[in-house]
Amino acid sequence: MITLNRREKLPWHEGLTVQDLLEQEKFTYPHIVVSINGTVVNHDAYAQTLIPDDADVRVIHLIAGG
Amino acid sequence: MTKKITRHVLAEYPYQAPQVERGYANQTLYVNVGTGEIKAKPVSEEMKLKFTGGKGFDLWLLWHAVRDDTRWDSPENEIVISSGPCGGVTQYPGSGKSLVTTISPTTDIVTDCNAGGHFGPLLKFSGWDAIEVQGIAAQDVIVVVDAIAGKVTIEELPDAPTDTHLLGAWLYEALAEKPEEKYYIAMVSAGTGAEHSLLGCLNFSLYDRKRRAIRYKQAARGGPGTVLRHKHVKALVVRAHAFHGDANHPADPERLARVGADMQKEVATWDPVQNRMRNRGTPYLVGVMSDYDLLPVNNFKFGSHPQAHEIDGAYWEQRLTQGLPDGCWYGCTVACAHAVDGFELQTGPYKGQKVIVDGPEYETIGAVGSTCGIFNPDAILELNFYCDTYGIDTISFGNTVGFLMECYEAGILDREKTGGLELTFGNAAASLEALHQLARGEGIGKIVGLGIHKAKAYLVEHYGADPQFLDDIGMENKGMEYSMYMAKESLAQQGGYALTNKGPQHDEAWLIFMDMVNNQLPTFEDKAEALHYFPMWRTWFGLCGFCKLPWNDVVDPKNSKSAEPAKIPHHVQNYVDIFSGVTGREIDLQEIIAMSERVYNLQRVFNIRLGKGLRAHDYPPYRGVGPVTEEEYISRQERYDKQLREWLGLDPDRMTLQEKIAAHRQYRMGRYEQLMDAVYQRRGWTRNGVPTVEKLRALGIDYPEVLAVVEKYL
Repeated sequence: MITLNRREKLPWHEGLTVQDLLEQEKFTYPHIVVSINGTVVNHDAYAQTLIPDDADVRVIHLIAGG
Repeated sequence: MTKKITRHVLAEYPYQAPQVERGYANQTLYVNVGTGEIKAKPVSEEMKLKFTGGKGFDLWLLWHAVRDDTRWDSPENEIVISSGPCGGVTQYPGSGKSLVTTISPTTDIVTDCNAGGHFGPLLKFSGWDAIEVQGIAAQDVIVVVDAIAGKVTIEELPDAPTDTHLLGAWLYEALAEKPEEKYYIAMVSAGTGAEHSLLGCLNFSLYDRKRRAIRYKQAARGGPGTVLRHKHVKALVVRAHAFHGDANHPADPERLARVGADMQKEVATWDPVQNRMRNRGTPYLVGVMSDYDLLPVNNFKFGSHPQAHEIDGAYWEQRLTQGLPDGCWYGCTVACAHAVDGFELQTGPYKGQKVIVDGPEYETIGAVGSTCGIFNPDAILELNFYCDTYGIDTISFGNTVGFLMECYEAGILDREKTGGLELTFGNAAASLEALHQLARGEGIGKIVGLGIHKAKAYLVEHYGADPQFLDDIGMENKGMEYSMYMAKESLAQQGGYALTNKGPQHDEAWLIFMDMVNNQLPTFEDKAEALHYFPMWRTWFGLCGFCKLPWNDVVDPKNSKSAEPAKIPHHVQNYVDIFSGVTGREIDLQEIIAMSERVYNLQRVFNIRLGKGLRAHDYPPYRGVGPVTEEEYISRQERYDKQLREWLGLDPDRMTLQEKIAAHRQYRMGRYEQLMDAVYQRRGWTRNGVPTVEKLRALGIDYPEVLAVVEKYL
């Protein structure tokens, strides 16, 4: 199980990457910052970065204005 | 003149345009189209210090022009337009906005809205920080501010058409003595739809040098176009001298140049890999909003639709004309004011004409498109064009049609009542026919033209509709239709819409991602702080003449490492530099918030003076808070059932559908009440939403006539 944005509990599985999580949650907004247990993940590393079990994942959408 | 026209001058005021200094012309223009009085009013240092410009000047002038019982159609109601001290800056993107205020025909309180185009800056460069238009003319007139001839005139032009695309072409041709003079002409107009409805918008023109054509941007919310046409004004026109990039005579031009160059580089670097505003404009949001269940579909019942990809940013990028500098003011490299060229109209009085469609903007796509269940881009373009030329607010029109479509499907309306139109979701032909009828003041168009708030009363009175149901599904607050975001899962945005001054337009606060997705506002205090900070921050754009988009629609990724990324601190500093560089008045973020608070609180008191502005007026329709119908609940049943378990500790398996809907309603509205308390407290207001004497004193706007309004409620 992982925690997303300090609220959602989501199932974890072996090999879960940041890219998988973004697609699963339909996070398509292009301007986001992802961190795992406090460490920011570079945009170009989403497909390779594995999310560990029990991780605290933050996906912050940098938009405060429509 | 390139075209000889008949001009009957009814009133004339000679003047010599003063030099603009540090962003101010230091006088405003008063025009009474009823009496023919035209005069200059001085701008005092106190007015600049306390109300800055733009919407601040508008409100201050309007406050003194009207009485407590003034309504939108009273002669003393005004349309006031001002650009602000930074309006007309060409070094920084998005610095050419015009701000409009008037007493609204749909809300009966002050509405404010803004538009790009060239009118506001050219008005200032022609010697006027603002224009007040008061009175009601006996016949159709045009007001011409002619800096070249050195006069302001009220004129009768009997041959002038009314709909904007015809009027613009006619007027520019008539007023420009040489073709290049068109660059420095700008006009404000409405159209026949504004004459026959309460939903009138104002079109602000700009001359597009590349296309050699006139383009339009809209100040639309709250029906200012209706007020203009009620005054029998067809257009306000400014004819300015050619100007240069230092026309504001800024205090520190080097500072402007340095900050501007940095921002232009940031736009050029990051926009192509972020929102692609330069290619797509605001329609980039359509697909994103649908992905996050935030795109209003079928009168805000749902937040996404499988066909949304047919009208998303990628689609519009290939449909919008590319490769042209589509800024709505000079120097704007964000350049999001796109258009579809050579669009052939299929319906209505201009059927067969090939026209430029300005936009569509995201809000228009949502309003005349998805919230009416319409995903046909050609229909959206046709509705967009006709709304503009008729002088109709696309948001209010689309939202009202969506509301009536739901009424039709619920059996409140039928073919007989609509004059034969099958007004069902997805029926673009019916929506277009309703729009043409609205412009003629006929049939179902007359009901659409009332807007949702007044249409509800009509449906109750004439068709026996259930008022509770209509209040639940009618997406309006204070009499203004909602802009195009679903807020059911964001309590903060529910407040961002309804805890507003003019009504539910998202230009005060857009907190959905911070709240619903990022979970950055977990407590009521967090939400209240955001509902204080962001409305004040965004109000400030309207005081100065800035567009909001360059603030946060393109951002250097280094921002993510800042202490408060949502505020985009390095852009805030840019605005501090630009304002100080223009005016010579050194400010900081704290002063920015204080500048806005003065104007924001004045507007709140103004609303109270006109009979609203209290807690009772700050409640959203339940459709904006949670599921009204069984259909809505079932469409998101997994989500809603989960919330019952996790939020309320209930077992949805043991509840009927109606019990579940009722439990949600009680819980969600209870939280909204708590939010209101927290926000009012943060803003320095009473539990009834009234600014306290202490607050008004602290802001320095404790004028006797202001205190007299609030003291009745304290």
